[in-house]
Amino acid sequence: MNSLLLSVASRFFVTLLLMFSVFMLLRGHNLPGGGFIGGLIGAAGFIVYAIANGSQAARRTLRIDPRVIASSGVGIALLAGLSAALFGKAFFTGTWLIAGSIKLSTVIIFDIGVYFAVFGAILTLVFALEEAV
Amino acid sequence: MSWIVSLPLIIPFATAVLSFLWRRSHLGGLVSVTGAAAQLVAAGVLMASTWQNGYTVGQMGGWDAPFGITLVADLLSAVMVVITAITGLAVAVYALSEIDARREELGYHALFHVLLTGVTGAFLTGDLFNLYVWFEVMLIASFGLLVLGGTKAEIDGGVKYVALNLVSTMLFLMATGLLYGLTGSLNMADLAQSVRASDNQGLVTVIAMMFMVAFGVKAALFPLFFWLPASYHTPAFSVSAVFAGLLTKVGVYALIRAFTLIFVSDVALTHQILLWAAVLTMITGVLGAASQNDFRKILSFHIVSQIGYMVLGLALFTPLALTGAVFYLVHHIIVKANLFLVSGVAHKLAKGTDLSRIGGLYKTAPLLAFLFLIPAFSLAGFPPLSGFWAKYVVVKASFEAGAFVAGAAALVVGALTIFSMTKIWAEAFWKDHPDGQEPRLRDIALRERLLALAPIAGLAALTVVIGLFPAPFLDLASRASAQLLDPQAYIDAVMPGGPS
Repeated sequence: MNSLLLSVASRFFVTLLLMFSVFMLLRGHNLPGGGFIGGLIGAAGFIVYAIANGSQAARRTLRIDPRVIASSGVGIALLAGLSAALFGKAFFTGTWLIAGSIKLSTVIIFDIGVYFAVFGAILTLVFALEEAV
Repeated sequence: MSWIVSLPLIIPFATAVLSFLWRRSHLGGLVSVTGAAAQLVAAGVLMASTWQNGYTVGQMGGWDAPFGITLVADLLSAVMVVITAITGLAVAVYALSEIDARREELGYHALFHVLLTGVTGAFLTGDLFNLYVWFEVMLIASFGLLVLGGTKAEIDGGVKYVALNLVSTMLFLMATGLLYGLTGSLNMADLAQSVRASDNQGLVTVIAMMFMVAFGVKAALFPLFFWLPASYHTPAFSVSAVFAGLLTKVGVYALIRAFTLIFVSDVALTHQILLWAAVLTMITGVLGAASQNDFRKILSFHIVSQIGYMVLGLALFTPLALTGAVFYLVHHIIVKANLFLVSGVAHKLAKGTDLSRIGGLYKTAPLLAFLFLIPAFSLAGFPPLSGFWAKYVVVKASFEAGAFVAGAAALVVGALTIFSMTKIWAEAFWKDHPDGQEPRLRDIALRERLLALAPIAGLAALTVVIGLFPAPFLDLASRASAQLLDPQAYIDAVMPGGPS
């Protein structure tokens, strides 16, 4: 689409939606949110960008092939499940890593993996559809 | 325990991720074969543990049954996982000789291992909704594999495949929802108890019939099998080999699991329906095959007819019959995957699978002819190959149970199977090539030839070994069937603390 307004606005959209998607990802620990919805929102930013500037420009801005992002996300989620082995627990048992006042759960690592998986998968689909037209 | 039962799942999943990241280099194929080999090792460990303890149970995430997702391996599951890993390894090696760089770049190896993950997950899960998820994983991966080539025929087959399978998963989901509404549980062991205790047995039977239809589509049972011959002859040969070997068998496995563990309150009705469906599946499948004139289409219809034997074993519901069903499952996966791999090499040599347009393979590639003969005769039930024992046990069980029509049908279908195999033999191998071509195995590059023939020879050797030394395999199958007929032991293994 050739619209100057949309093209300029889309840059702000990408930043805003990406920030909001990370907020949703982290919020998901105790409240509605999480990796899936975060990934969708993050992808929405790039979809707007792709509509305004074309999918090739969106691919360049993204730098990494969305398929690689998606499969890395799946890999991260798997690693989060495997990490339970370090604690001698069953596959996918959520565990806390506590370092001083910082508490990190393996569940958030899983959610980050889901975030990238959804983000990459949605963008793969959208770019493919955009380029097929 | 929990890691032993989850590793056969984790390995193909991790392999899928790694082989996708390395899909552009030669490492992708190497990772695929290594992963398949590692899965076979993990499956062997699971088998050993299950053989020793009877059941291998793992509660995922440390949430005990019936609240979390339970992975359970009884002997049937363990056997199926081992066979899946064997087929997976054979096809992964074969694929290196067939799959071109373009398909690899699109993620063939990754999809293949996601498919193996789905199949293994379906065999291992002890949770009904989780089974649905594995079915979806399988469906997505298999759709990807079906249309990877992007030709018109592949898309056509893929759409038919997906449309009918979506109907089945939809029905599966609805039935699961109803069952959850009735019992408040999704854990199979817990369901087994609460379904039996339910006062609404009418609704239970209705739900049982919904599951029968849903799994029947997956298993390609009469009259729900039309998607199978419409799609299996279109994709790459290694894809159709793994489909033919494993996918329908997941449906049969789900039928066996559901109708030995959960829905056994109205055996007179449900298993009677299964009996007639099995008989009609055998007959329509073999007649369909007789009317075809394409290497892979004939084989596809034979999958349908052979499914009938396995479901017949389930329907008779005696220890011997279930032994036959389990033995048949194992035998059939090996033999059928192998036949599809042979058809791939035949296609490469004779430039086609249409039987009227190829020929002369006996003269030009006697080794391939020999390697075809073993699984083909085994499929038809010639002694001393694995198919003979599988058929023998099922037929014997049907006569002992007084199901004379079913037993007679099984024998007639066996004879008609010989007819189809002879047709392939006469057309593809015996007669001269219509265009006078004389393609030789030597014309294929050495590396490709080895990668294609080694898995075929390996699977053929396995068929011969099972045929010559059936005793340990029959022993395993009969122990598995004894477990299937004793749901209480399964329940106790999954929920050692008694009912919640």
